[in-house]
Amino acid sequence: GKNEYDLLVIGGGSGGLACAKEAAQFGRKVAVVDYVEPSPQGTTWGLGGTCVNVGCIPKKLMHQAALLGSALKDAQHYGWNISQPVHHTWSVMAQGVQNYVKSLNWGHRVQLQEKKVKYFNIKGSFSDPHTVRGLTKAGKETVVTADNIVIATGGRPKYPMDVAGALEYGITSDDLFWLKESPGKTIPLLMSDVSLECAGFLTGIGLDTTVMMRSVPLRGFDQAKKTISFTTQQQMASLVTEHMESYGTKFLKRCFPTKVEKLKSNRLQVTWKNADLDTEETDSFDTVMWAVGRAPNTKTLNLETVGVKTNSETGKIIVDASEATSVPHIYAVGDITEGRPELTPTAIAAGKLLAQRLFGQSSELMDYDNVPTTVFTPLEYGCVGLSEEAAVQRHGSDNIEVYHAYYKPLEFTVAERDATQCYMKMVCLREREQRILGLHFIGPNAGEVIQGFALGIKCGATYPQMMKTVGIHPTCAEEVTKLHITKRSGLDATVTGC
Amino acid sequence: SVQAHKEEDNPQKTMEVNGLTPVPHSYDYDLIVIGGGSGGLAAAKEAAKYEKKVMVLDFVTPTPQGSSWGLGGTCVNVGCIPKKLMHQAALLGQALQDSRKFGWQFTEEVKHSWMTMTESVQNYIGSLNWGYRVALRDKKVTYENAYGEFVGPHTIKATNKKGVEKLYTAERFIIATGERPRYLGIPGDKEYCLSSDDLFSLPYCPGKTLVVGASYVALECAGFLAGLGLDVTVMVRSILLRGFDQDMANRIGEYMEEHGVNFIRGFVPIKVEQVEEGTPGVLKVTAKSTTGDQMIEGEYNTVLLAIGRDPCTRKIGLDKVGVNINEKTGKIPVNDEEQTNVPYIYAIGDILQDKLELTPVAIQAGRLLVHRLYAGATTKCDYVNVPTTVFTPLEYGACGYSEETAVEKFGEANIEVYHSHFWPLEWTVPSRDNNKCYAKIICNIQDNERVIGFHVLGPNAGEVTQGFAAAIKCGLTKEQLDNTVGIHPVCAEV
Repeated sequence: GKNEYDLLVIGGGSGGLACAKEAAQFGRKVAVVDYVEPSPQGTTWGLGGTCVNVGCIPKKLMHQAALLGSALKDAQHYGWNISQPVHHTWSVMAQGVQNYVKSLNWGHRVQLQEKKVKYFNIKGSFSDPHTVRGLTKAGKETVVTADNIVIATGGRPKYPMDVAGALEYGITSDDLFWLKESPGKTIPLLMSDVSLECAGFLTGIGLDTTVMMRSVPLRGFDQAKKTISFTTQQQMASLVTEHMESYGTKFLKRCFPTKVEKLKSNRLQVTWKNADLDTEETDSFDTVMWAVGRAPNTKTLNLETVGVKTNSETGKIIVDASEATSVPHIYAVGDITEGRPELTPTAIAAGKLLAQRLFGQSSELMDYDNVPTTVFTPLEYGCVGLSEEAAVQRHGSDNIEVYHAYYKPLEFTVAERDATQCYMKMVCLREREQRILGLHFIGPNAGEVIQGFALGIKCGATYPQMMKTVGIHPTCAEEVTKLHITKRSGLDATVTGC
Repeated sequence: SVQAHKEEDNPQKTMEVNGLTPVPHSYDYDLIVIGGGSGGLAAAKEAAKYEKKVMVLDFVTPTPQGSSWGLGGTCVNVGCIPKKLMHQAALLGQALQDSRKFGWQFTEEVKHSWMTMTESVQNYIGSLNWGYRVALRDKKVTYENAYGEFVGPHTIKATNKKGVEKLYTAERFIIATGERPRYLGIPGDKEYCLSSDDLFSLPYCPGKTLVVGASYVALECAGFLAGLGLDVTVMVRSILLRGFDQDMANRIGEYMEEHGVNFIRGFVPIKVEQVEEGTPGVLKVTAKSTTGDQMIEGEYNTVLLAIGRDPCTRKIGLDKVGVNINEKTGKIPVNDEEQTNVPYIYAIGDILQDKLELTPVAIQAGRLLVHRLYAGATTKCDYVNVPTTVFTPLEYGACGYSEETAVEKFGEANIEVYHSHFWPLEWTVPSRDNNKCYAKIICNIQDNERVIGFHVLGPNAGEVTQGFAAAIKCGLTKEQLDNTVGIHPVCAEV
């Protein structure tokens, strides 16, 4: 056709790159434009999107650093003689993490080159339904035309607009992972998956950390209807935060910030309202980090010009089951799309399937049901399927059975670690075959545990099938195959002995 | 099953049919379980739930080195539990090294204290022994720390430590006596060598160790001993992990070798002599090649034998009641309801012929057996697709067919193997072993590409494998696997 490319992908993140590389496999002419608008604090990064640069990857690595801190304590019980005190140096960790992320940026560029995908580091916006233009860093204008366009520009952290000083003095997750120096005494606000994960590892590496939350759970923090945001799971959220509290993270409950000011010492003073006591309180911190949700990156795309419809409330792009927008030949995948989970693996899968449908004669649509996920708080929470609340809502509490158990990981015994919050529950239909609707697990390596069970649920696993599966001993995961106490019975759900 | 029901109605009649003298109807117990291990205790506790009068006999014959232990069987005392804890100690040693790259700072030299670890482990085991005794008491199961052996139909003799003998009768029996490590039968083996029965309670650091054998026990022990900083050599007669997928077995061996474990392949020890007394002392091992006349010698502080386990079935009077055993292996053949050739005598756990030697299998078999005997259930133990994990330094989880067995059974053209190396995210920053972790699934092309084998080599292999085993139980196909979204970033998403 008259267009230069078969496919243009706007956004070089998880979804965008997966889609582009898949399309290239079919011998198509593909281009990717990626651009990172620096954060208000000036942070920027390379190709790869949120996950690689300011999301999953650095987050899990810093979580690992914190877990290793715990391991050092455990090790003494297992006979390792480590002289006290033990210190953590932020810059060593940050450099290790940042170097690895940079290697991934490099890897992505190499991959695009190998697959003959053209890459433009420009901030693209639509000028017509088949044309995107943008300026390179040097100021040169570039125009790209394509038969099909996929928007995968993701999201960026929000700032609270009603708190004075929020923008000038606060940072977000965009900045945290790239800090060269320790953030010191930090206050992540407000309670969300991101703030809890960050607070978790910051505490784990020895920093004084306080999480502020309006209430439990926090309305409006569900990222999308289909996201299993654990803040909607009251029971699981409580267990996770209880654990964090027992390990030193401070929580300010039922409080909300009103202003942030800079002190002469260069520290930051945060003022907040305590809703319970109806008082105003202050404290000073080295770092104020906002984690109040993410906003879709659509403002500079010029979507109105081409008529791509967005959700008026969230600003996200509305797509149908085939990832198509309201404009023919324009599609969207990933965090930018309305009603989808904000997860890397779903973006990747959706991006690949889209490319296969466009260029590979496939008609397979993305299945967004039963997507497993994990929150990497100090005590991890993994889940797949429906929450207990959602199951009750959908089927009625009389029609569901919840099997649950409090267990103790073997490794905690010698280490003398508290396992009070190690917990799992399986939500099943009560009738006939007792199909499993959801599985929830709090404990170490939650992601590793849940992944395989997610497969089972995809196969329509039932409670009897789970009970027929023999456990692997000794692991935490085997307890899933032994669940037998129901919430309904009111019996003590603590696992006892072999 | 029909036979069992008949017997339930009229045990006396069965006795007459067997040509044995009928025993009075009122037995001392409904059920006597011989062996207080994973299978035995599970069965006993379950039976008590149905208000049956149950007795458990458990007795540990001390090892040649004098080691003994409390109630709970192999798993709790000298198996899974201490093994995993010591494996964890070794993993923590590795974590210490990694942590430096993640910003943690502490002295360069870190030493490990065997005594601190062993004491902690033994304390925990002690709490489990105690827990079991309390559990039995609470459930009103009679427990005797005595050696049980059959002396006649429905009759068992229990001999305690002091040699006091008592006779008991029961309507039914479950044999769950498990196994003990095998010795080589060479000069010096019983006098100077240790087995896994001794290792976990050893009151001194084993020092430079020679592990003889290539079983999972040998490799797991060699693995954690090396991880704790000891000089370890493994002497292997032929192949590693016989019965396991050989590709995976070789990868495990390679990894161990790259991480400091020495391997001597193709040799068997022919004598062990003491050079120096001590705790530990110094032992001299002479070994002969399996392929020629070559002889080698080596000196070690400790020699650990891990060449296999033998069932405890030869000295429990099975001949007196006519229970058949495999004369060569000592294992007891049972039908698919765990019944021996004598209708009122059942067997579960490691002593069974052609069944898996795993704690969860023994527990499952024991519970289901009791349900069938006393609750009218019909569910039999499902021995198919039982998942397992080997806790070597690089852990190996598996469920279903090995590649070799799948090829043998279905033919190479009918199976598809999907595989991938992966690099755990947590290993990137400390620059650990890129491209060692590995996963493969074996699919049956003719049956909708059903997943018939799952193998993973990497950290937390047990946690990863468990869920996949459940999915395989549900008939997982490759398509369903492809349609399942991964959790990111974890190893299991591979």
